[in-house]
Amino acid sequence: MWLRSYSTSLYLFLYAPIALIMVFAFNAGRSGLSFQCCSVQWFGRAFGNPFIMEALGNSALIALCSALLSTLFGTLAVFGLQRVGGRVRRFFDALTYCAIIVPGIVIGIATLIAFITLFDLLNPLLQAIDPALPRLRMGFGTVVAAHSLFTMALVMVIVRTRVEALDKALLEASADLYAPPLSTFFRVILPQIAPAILAGFLLAFTFSFDDFIIAFFVAGSETTLPIYIFSSIRRGITPEINALSTVIIAASLALLVASRYLQNRQPGA
Amino acid sequence: MRGDSPMNTAVNASPAGVAPALGLGRRITWLLLLPSTLWFLLLLLMPLLVILVFSFGERSSVGGYGGGFTLDNYLALGSRAGAFSNTLVLAPLGTLVCLLVAYPLAYFLAVKVRRNRSLLLTLVIVPFWTSFLIRTYAWIFILGGKGIPALLASLGLEGVRLINTPTAVLVGIVYGYLPLMVFPLYVSLEKLDKRLLEASGDLGASRFETFRRVTLPLSAPGMITGVMLVFILLMGEFLIPAILGGGKVFFVGNALVDLFLQSRNWPFGSALAMTLVALMLAIILVYLKLAARFGGASRDGVL
Repeated sequence: MWLRSYSTSLYLFLYAPIALIMVFAFNAGRSGLSFQCCSVQWFGRAFGNPFIMEALGNSALIALCSALLSTLFGTLAVFGLQRVGGRVRRFFDALTYCAIIVPGIVIGIATLIAFITLFDLLNPLLQAIDPALPRLRMGFGTVVAAHSLFTMALVMVIVRTRVEALDKALLEASADLYAPPLSTFFRVILPQIAPAILAGFLLAFTFSFDDFIIAFFVAGSETTLPIYIFSSIRRGITPEINALSTVIIAASLALLVASRYLQNRQPGA
Repeated sequence: MRGDSPMNTAVNASPAGVAPALGLGRRITWLLLLPSTLWFLLLLLMPLLVILVFSFGERSSVGGYGGGFTLDNYLALGSRAGAFSNTLVLAPLGTLVCLLVAYPLAYFLAVKVRRNRSLLLTLVIVPFWTSFLIRTYAWIFILGGKGIPALLASLGLEGVRLINTPTAVLVGIVYGYLPLMVFPLYVSLEKLDKRLLEASGDLGASRFETFRRVTLPLSAPGMITGVMLVFILLMGEFLIPAILGGGKVFFVGNALVDLFLQSRNWPFGSALAMTLVALMLAIILVYLKLAARFGGASRDGVL
């Protein structure tokens, strides 16, 4: 049947480029584009490269912070929105979709200019208060803040779907049995929405770890992993970058397998 | 969270006599909403407002923003017509090719496959979870001089150039966004009641007729969602043209990076960014209107 062979060839299309990078990571030669078998030296070189390690550390920390912030703030907002009237809620909906629809590149540019303008205003003030205060500048904090905008909107959409699908009868039953609201929250609501929160967290982490364009604008002098990879492939592909990419791909595969395993272990999650 | 359920959908408007209780409830509500409000204000509304203002300003002599009010930036947009025409051709074209390539796969997964369906579906999603940048640069190997062109040359077909052409960018687009298109299509095809297909066949419709008049209309929500997702991301695309277009095929995104980070012409860059957003919104609105008219009961499918 043609549909089957078509689908098989699409799977090849999806995986061939990834496989190619992994093969080229074991290149014995120096050129990124021609292959000589076989060596693992580039893995050692990649992990011995202080710039790569710094970028990796930055990316992981930024992704962790923005995922934590956005899951926390996003979930709080979902519960806050359950308690307000239609007009406020529609306003928040509009903002949420706006944050999702406006292209990352425009968000990056707009935050860059806004931050620079704001910092130029605030820094003289801060210096006037106490010259020992550190100056505000682009870097770690600005990347986390800018990433959290998009990922918070994402978390809000995911968690809200789950919250609205909650069985109201269970909540009423809990209240009828004189459970205080907080214990209803922790013992009835939270277990049911936990998978959605976790999904939001993972999605936020992946987005932030993977994002190039927003970080490219607002990272200042900091380097994240995508920024490092981008600037080095501009200079030409090296086996070192292929080795690094192979490790990243392997890590994300491991994460995916782990999350599938966790999901299968909890029926109904 | 006073005595009533925390799932309360609305705070009572103005009940007399419960002022203290309501006060606390209100305060909790606003506390819950405070961080997200702050984020939206400081990182979405304020920045967008700032570039809106900047887009009417003049460039200062050292780059950056020099104040003033002028329409010159918008009038000068013509100098970047190439970026706009590339984006406005390749973004819709890429979305369409994505849809055409993805549909049979989604149909296969949702309707034909019985065993290993969730594994096969995961295999489609896996690339989406791996770095977009890495997946894109992998195509430099395949499309570059020592890849497919060398292969074709050994078959006697000399002088084929792929890298840094619109074709390379299109391939990168389809490759990058295929998983994102397959998923919503799969969801809507999977929900489709298979008995309808049998009924259509029993009533004498050919397989093509069944597909055209039953399957296709019922999968419209998935198509609309997939097209929206991919199109939105493509309009702001930077990486694919930067890596596979090699400065020859550039999108508005590439022009923006150039204006902000290289030539530091912020007012003109702001005008370009505002125009991009306005264009996107206009296209999405028209598209949704058309989709609502021709797609019938498809409104629940969008996001």
